Amino acid sequence: MADIVLDKVTKRFPDGTVAVHELDLEIADGEFVILVGPSGCGKSTTLNMIAGLEEISSGELRIAGERVNDKEPRERDIAMVFQSYALYPNMTVRENMAFPLRLAKLDRASIDQKVDEAAKVLELTALLDRKPANLSGGQRQRVAMGRAIVRSPKAFLMDEPLSNLDAKLRVQMRTVVSRLQKRLGTTTVYVTHDQTEAMTLGDRVVIMRGGAVQQVGPPQELYDHPANLFVAGFIGSPSMNFLQAAVVDGRLRTALGELPLGDRVRRELEAENAPRELIMGIRPEHFEDAELVEEGTRANGVEFEAPVDIVESMGSDKYVYFTVEGERATAAELDELAADSGADDLSAMGSNLVTRLSAESSVTEGESRRVWFNLDKIHLFDPANGRNLTLHEGRSTGALTA
Amino acid sequence: MAAADTTARAKWRWGLLDVVVIVFALVPVLWIASLSFKTTATLTDGNFVPREWTLDNYRTIFSTDQFVRALGNSIGIALISTAVAVVLGTMAAYAIARLDFPGKKLLVGISLLIAMFPQVSLVSPLFQIERSLGLFDTWPGLILPYITFALPLAIYTLSAFFRQIPWDLEKAAKMDGATQGQAFRRVIAPLAAPGVFTTAILVFIFCWNDFLFAISLTSTEQSRTVPVALSFFTGASQFEDPTGAISAAAVVITIPIILFVLFFQRRIVSGLTSGAVKG
Repeated sequence: MADIVLDKVTKRFPDGTVAVHELDLEIADGEFVILVGPSGCGKSTTLNMIAGLEEISSGELRIAGERVNDKEPRERDIAMVFQSYALYPNMTVRENMAFPLRLAKLDRASIDQKVDEAAKVLELTALLDRKPANLSGGQRQRVAMGRAIVRSPKAFLMDEPLSNLDAKLRVQMRTVVSRLQKRLGTTTVYVTHDQTEAMTLGDRVVIMRGGAVQQVGPPQELYDHPANLFVAGFIGSPSMNFLQAAVVDGRLRTALGELPLGDRVRRELEAENAPRELIMGIRPEHFEDAELVEEGTRANGVEFEAPVDIVESMGSDKYVYFTVEGERATAAELDELAADSGADDLSAMGSNLVTRLSAESSVTEGESRRVWFNLDKIHLFDPANGRNLTLHEGRSTGALTA
Repeated sequence: MAAADTTARAKWRWGLLDVVVIVFALVPVLWIASLSFKTTATLTDGNFVPREWTLDNYRTIFSTDQFVRALGNSIGIALISTAVAVVLGTMAAYAIARLDFPGKKLLVGISLLIAMFPQVSLVSPLFQIERSLGLFDTWPGLILPYITFALPLAIYTLSAFFRQIPWDLEKAAKMDGATQGQAFRRVIAPLAAPGVFTTAILVFIFCWNDFLFAISLTSTEQSRTVPVALSFFTGASQFEDPTGAISAAAVVITIPIILFVLFFQRRIVSGLTSGAVKG
């Protein structure tokens, strides 16, 4: 087990493209860190550089305090689980798992013992004599994990290990991975493009975009205090609503009405030298049916009325889509997020507001409904550079009314 | 019912077509075999099944030093050429499939160009070159041109096979602690085996069947191969046709090819890489 330090690590490909730019990251011993971002953000390249499968163009990579830039993968003593599983098809499950141990020239007895142990942990004992071709996707995935854990490496690297599984199995395997990592306590770097995996698995999440780190932190912190538009839009499902907003006479003019700007927020905006045109972000769960808001909390927010477009009942709560007037917010970050999710061609469908209301709400499609939302929870972003302007002041974000 | 009818009829139609193809392909072979068992008297009686069976023709060819020597030459030259071409081809194909180096496309293009070059136009220059180098009428004198013309074929077939092997496997092997050599030997090579055997068969057949180079670059029994030796067969007298002996020899030289293919065919298991990666 060991810590992993990336010090200004850069990857420049021969054709000149920079996949990763001066990445700084310290991964503590035993920590479970997730690298997440849209495709092409450099997360897999970063992982491959840690693995030693990609050369590092500049910067330094240290594992357990030792510079390993020029070391071969086999000298780094780290195991990797591939998205494709990469099982050796000509070997049985047992031989697959024993392969790293045989290369390490362990004696037969201890190889057998270690393989049996790992197989037991991953419930593969009954499958040890099968070939990978005769296994299901989930079983292959477990074999790939087994091959990684048998030799107790310094660290695990996982490159989207669950993305080839179907949805249900993925949720199951997520808990398996999580439990395994807790039990072994091995430093783990996990790459995914799925923000749900990022939120549920990691101790810390690293959000990447275009080869640079956007924000690093525990999942909840990224969710509550996104550093910029990109992080705000990437984390959360359904994602945060973004609306155009303008500061006029000390108030915030938005499609949801004119909102009061608290003293603190005004001070923050002044300190940041904020432009008058802003982007307001608010998460779906910070809305509530105006009829169901408790009196004590009502004062923290404001109400507006809008026509209901679609109601999706989830049982535990309702996703309600409202049509709101006004232009949708535009920024480079948001366009990129839309392009990544494949929704960029849906923008013609107009401005939609996603809200998560309590299941007791009697909202129906087609009607016009009064909705309340929490002013404490709104974020204001600079459209030019995407920065969150409401991040400071003891990290309590909005506090517009303060 | 209608659907069942059409499938039954389709089966019949395909079956019939298969039989026609097989008969078309095998009749000449059977005919040669039949001729080889006929006596000189019944050779031209036009019967498909010989009326009088004899092994005289086989005895004749094996009693002459000419044929036995040629058979030895053929086997030796074809095996050596195949081995060298496959080993060199494997290395080249692996590099082409895995590495990105400047001039890669040019290299592949040129090697293909060699394969397309009309061999007959190279015979005279090769003849001159080999005579001045002292390679004329030697084993290397045939092995070298065979390798030259077999290599493009080998490189092309093998690189297609290597491309099918997921690169992740090699990365996985490296992560598991293998050196480049171990990764190749223990993971990639076993998976490439079907490709290597297929290529070996193709190259072997090419070398075995060649007549043009063999007749132009040899002059004595020292290095003459079977196809050439056959053409030098003569009857007992000037007026006797050596048809029977030639037929017997033709049957005999087909046998190594059949053995070679049967031996390696069992190793050409399709879908050997299945299960390595998703899907």
